[in-house]
Amino acid sequence: MSSLAVIDVHHAPKANVIQPAWVRIMHWINAVAVILMIMSGWQVYNASPLFSFSFPPAITLGSWLGGALLWHFAAMWLLMVNGLFYLVCGFATGRFARKLLPITPSGVMADTRAALTFKLPHEDLSKYNQVQKLLYAGIIVVGIVIVLSGLSIWKPVQLQYLTALFGGYDFARYVHFACMAAICAFLVVHVALALLVPKSLRAMIIGR
Amino acid sequence: MARKRPLLIPGVDKKLLVKDAAKLMPDFTRRRFIAAGASLGALTLLTGCDVSDGFSAEEMLKQISKFNDAVQARIFNPNALAPTFPESAITKPFPFNAYYDLDDAPEVDGKDWKLEVRGLVDNKKSWTLDELYKLPQVKQVTRHICVEGWSAIGSWTGTPLRDFLKLIGADTSAKYCWFQCADAEGYNSPLDMETALHPQTQMTFKFADQILPRAYGYPMKIRVPTKLGFKNPKYVISMEVTNDYKGGYWEDQGYNSFSGS
Repeated sequence: MSSLAVIDVHHAPKANVIQPAWVRIMHWINAVAVILMIMSGWQVYNASPLFSFSFPPAITLGSWLGGALLWHFAAMWLLMVNGLFYLVCGFATGRFARKLLPITPSGVMADTRAALTFKLPHEDLSKYNQVQKLLYAGIIVVGIVIVLSGLSIWKPVQLQYLTALFGGYDFARYVHFACMAAICAFLVVHVALALLVPKSLRAMIIGR
Repeated sequence: MARKRPLLIPGVDKKLLVKDAAKLMPDFTRRRFIAAGASLGALTLLTGCDVSDGFSAEEMLKQISKFNDAVQARIFNPNALAPTFPESAITKPFPFNAYYDLDDAPEVDGKDWKLEVRGLVDNKKSWTLDELYKLPQVKQVTRHICVEGWSAIGSWTGTPLRDFLKLIGADTSAKYCWFQCADAEGYNSPLDMETALHPQTQMTFKFADQILPRAYGYPMKIRVPTKLGFKNPKYVISMEVTNDYKGGYWEDQGYNSFSGS
C-alpha cells in the first residue's frame, strides 16, 4: 500500500509535466533577452553596416547608436546570466542528455523527410524528434558562440586571445552577425511550428 | 563618430520626419521594452541604486551603464597590452571621423597653441609644442576601434602619458584625467587614471611618422588603444587631473563612459 502511494506521488505529476518550471521561466526570460539583443543589435549594425543593407529603423531598438548600445549592454546581462543558469541546469539535471541525445544523421534525414510530408507525429510532446533535437542542440551552440563572439568584440584587448580565436576583431563581427542570422532563421521555424502545434506552446506556458 | 545621425533629406521638414518615424514605431514595441525594462530592473539592484523615485527605462539603462563602467574597470588589466601590428597592416587611407566634417575641423596654430595643465598637479605650467616635442617619444601601431563598429590600424608616435604625468607631478591617485579640445562645441572626455597610466596611452604628436595632420587632431591627440575611438580626444588644449567626474561630449549623450576595449 505505502509503496504504491510513493510510486503515485513520484510518477503521476511527472508524466503530465512536459516542460518543468525552470525550463519555462528561463525560456521566456531568454525570449525577452534575445529579442532585445537582436533589435538593439540591428541598430548598432546600422552605424557601420557589414553588408550593403541596413535594418529599417522601425524594427530596431534604441533610436540611435548610443541608445541601442545601452540596451545591448543591459540585455546582455539578462541573456548571459539566464543562459548560464540554463546550461548549468540542463547539464546538472541530465535534461540535455535525455532530451537532445542521441542525434544521428540517418535519424535527422528520416525525420526531415517525415516533417516535410507532414507525417511527423506530435502526440508525445515530451519526446523530441531528430529534427527538433538537432535544432535545439544547434541553437544552444549558436547561443554560446554569439555570446563569446560578442565578448570578443566588446573586449578585443582584455580578451584578445578570445578575439584571436574568432579570427581577429573584424572577423569576429561577421561571426557575431552570422549567429544572429542563424537565431533569426531558427526563430522563424520555431515560432511557426509552435503556432502549428499550439499544445507545444501551451506546454511552454503552463507546463503540460 | 557621427553624431545622432540626422536623417536629413533636403527639402524635408525635420519635425514631420520625426513624427512619421514615431508613428512607424509600433506601440507594442514600446510596451514590450517597458515590460522588458521591469524584469531588467532587477539588475539595477546589483548597482545598489535607488530606482524607486521615478522608474523609467532610460534611468534604468543609465544605471546599468554605470554598473558596466564598474565591471569594465574591474576587468581592465593595467598590464595587458593592446595587440600591435606591422607597418604593412596600417589602414590606408586612415578614416577621418568626427561629429563635424573635415572642412570644419579645428585649425590650430601650433605657434600659439599651449597645453594647459590644471588640477591635482605640482607644476601647472602650460606647455608649448616645442617643449612637448623635446620629450622622449615612442611609436605604436595599434588598432583604433570606433564605437560604430569599424576599425582601422594606424601608427601613432608620441610621449607616454604616464611619463608626462610623472614629469608634472600629477596626483596619480586621482580618479581622472579630463581633456578639453579646440573644436567649436568644446569636445571633452574623461579618462580614468588606471587607463591614463597604461603604458600604451600616449600624447600623440605624429601619425605615420609625420607631424599629426589636421584631420587626426593637430597639434596633439590622446591615443588610448585600450578604449573606443571617441575616448581618444583630438585637438587637445587642456588636461585636468581631478577626482570629479566632469562628463564628456559623447558620454553625456549616452555612450558608455568607460568604453574600454
